[in-house]
Amino acid sequence: MNDQISIEVFNRLVELAAMELSEEQAAYLHQQLNNQLRAIRELASIPIDASLEANLHGVPYIPEARPQLREDAPLSSIDEESIHSQVPQFEDGYIVVPDIPHTTLK
Amino acid sequence: MSPMELCDLTALELVSLLKQKKVSAVEILESSLRRIGEVDGRPGALDTGELTEEDRAKVHAFITVADERALAQATEVDRKISHGEDPGPLAGVPFTVKDIFCVKDTVTTAASRILSNFTAPYTATPVARMEKAGAVMIGKVNLDEFTFGSSSESSAYRPTTRNPWKTDRVPGGSSGGSAASVAAGEAPLSIGTDTAGSIRQPAGFCGVVGLKPTYGRVSRFGLIAFASSLDCPGPLAQTVSDAAAMLQVIAGHDEHDSTSAAVPVPDYMAATQKGVKGMRIGLSPDYFRLTYPDLATGEIKYQQLPADIERAVRSAAEKLAAMGAEIIEDVPMPNTKYGIPVYFVISRVEAASNLHRFDGVKYGIRELEPGADLQAMYRRTRNAGFGPQVKLRILMGMYTSAAQYSEQYYQKALRVRTLIRRDFDTIFDPNGKYRLDALLTPTNPTPAFHMDAVYGDSVLMQYADQLTVPGNHAGIPGLSLPGGLDDAQLPIGIQLLGADYTEDKLLRIGRAFEQATANDPWRKVKPEVLR
Repeated sequence: MNDQISIEVFNRLVELAAMELSEEQAAYLHQQLNNQLRAIRELASIPIDASLEANLHGVPYIPEARPQLREDAPLSSIDEESIHSQVPQFEDGYIVVPDIPHTTLK
Repeated sequence: MSPMELCDLTALELVSLLKQKKVSAVEILESSLRRIGEVDGRPGALDTGELTEEDRAKVHAFITVADERALAQATEVDRKISHGEDPGPLAGVPFTVKDIFCVKDTVTTAASRILSNFTAPYTATPVARMEKAGAVMIGKVNLDEFTFGSSSESSAYRPTTRNPWKTDRVPGGSSGGSAASVAAGEAPLSIGTDTAGSIRQPAGFCGVVGLKPTYGRVSRFGLIAFASSLDCPGPLAQTVSDAAAMLQVIAGHDEHDSTSAAVPVPDYMAATQKGVKGMRIGLSPDYFRLTYPDLATGEIKYQQLPADIERAVRSAAEKLAAMGAEIIEDVPMPNTKYGIPVYFVISRVEAASNLHRFDGVKYGIRELEPGADLQAMYRRTRNAGFGPQVKLRILMGMYTSAAQYSEQYYQKALRVRTLIRRDFDTIFDPNGKYRLDALLTPTNPTPAFHMDAVYGDSVLMQYADQLTVPGNHAGIPGLSLPGGLDDAQLPIGIQLLGADYTEDKLLRIGRAFEQATANDPWRKVKPEVLR
């Protein structure tokens, strides 16, 4: 059976996902991805009524299960230092990242 | 192995002894830490090299043993008791936490290299509620990386967890460390998460009780997200009563999680005393056959459920019937077979979305070559930080939600999810034909499989969840109970599924089953590491 995801499409996905893969890992992931697509092929054959709505979260959000919105007032949160201390590079109150490459919009 | 220790008692037995001042919280903690020292072996870590023979005989449930933090908590419980203060309903009870929950000032890894340096700045609500109830957090336990798996073998932290019943078998996953730590008596309680069966499946493999609550019953605040419409935190315990006591503490609306339900929390402990007389419990042929995809044709193929497992479920039904329950056979659940294909799409789309935040900018590791730009940093960081199963889920999620494929895959899967939900709505409808209080099924298609036997085959691994995942799509509660042992002396799990917010009914049936089987010979058999 032919692969549904060509190597070109696979490589484009890898790029969009901001990954870089070794040759060996790319081969494994490409094969597994196509296996998974074969496993979900059955979905296409399931008859669906056009009026059937999508289910986004299983349990219906019935009104009595919905929490009341709290008063719109500022509340204290966790201390900023505990968050800043996790940042790989934090200087003078800023999160520092490498140069952002220039992209020319078409 | 020493005879009965404090760490072998149930949570409720420990609370009782503590409140009678027959033991102290520190003594209970010391018992748990001794057990960890005896059975657990070296904790999971990055880059640990080859496994030794000793590694292969240990459990390896833990990534982090929080002994100093636990000692401070246990000492505070003892202080409260000595001053006549209420120490809380779970006072002094050791519990473990799947390392997917943030716990303030502890390293919180998600079993991934990308978070190996992440110290949580706050504590997840379910964990905070356990600690407020006096329970003592003794450590963070291993799991599949970001919960992506059904065997705990995808963890970047090695040695990965092994099954206490036979250490050449997987503990299941992704809450494998949770289930193994309870089965080995390292802690009577653990908090896990269930996205496709990740509490119930390892509970079944390790012979403990695992409860996936209704979606929204327990807050997800502080849980590192996998699939946000499916993730449910919940208890793993040695007994149904312990699971009920733990759910009592962690359930209920949380102002930090707008998807947590503002539905009153019933008295679960009282429910466990009611018996099953008059309850209607269903059996479905669609849960007595297994489905697997034929990768050559894409068609679904059927297999018979292993005889040991079917026998355990039917035996449980007979016992419940003898206690006064009404068993309704031939309950149709025609869309069960679509559970895994739908999950392949929905969970991957949600996972890919949730994992974009791990990029080396705000937290976690950053990998950077000198002179590299931001895009190169993203790629290098995510390549070094994510394991193969994580990368696979991201790629699948991006493909199936891409504009040109979304209608064919993601939108279709969401509609088939509606069909799965309808199956349950039909059988639990109080005015319908079946009017069930619960559906009784096997938890797993097989007992615990061998380490390395399935890992790497992402399709076969996913089908380990085929009997649990429909409950996640529907959002309903599910309870896995130890239901016996197979011919190889491995645990068999049986599952109860119920309508939204009917955890009390499932616990009620589960407790009745425990009572009916209390003297069965299989109840006396201990896991291999405790013999």
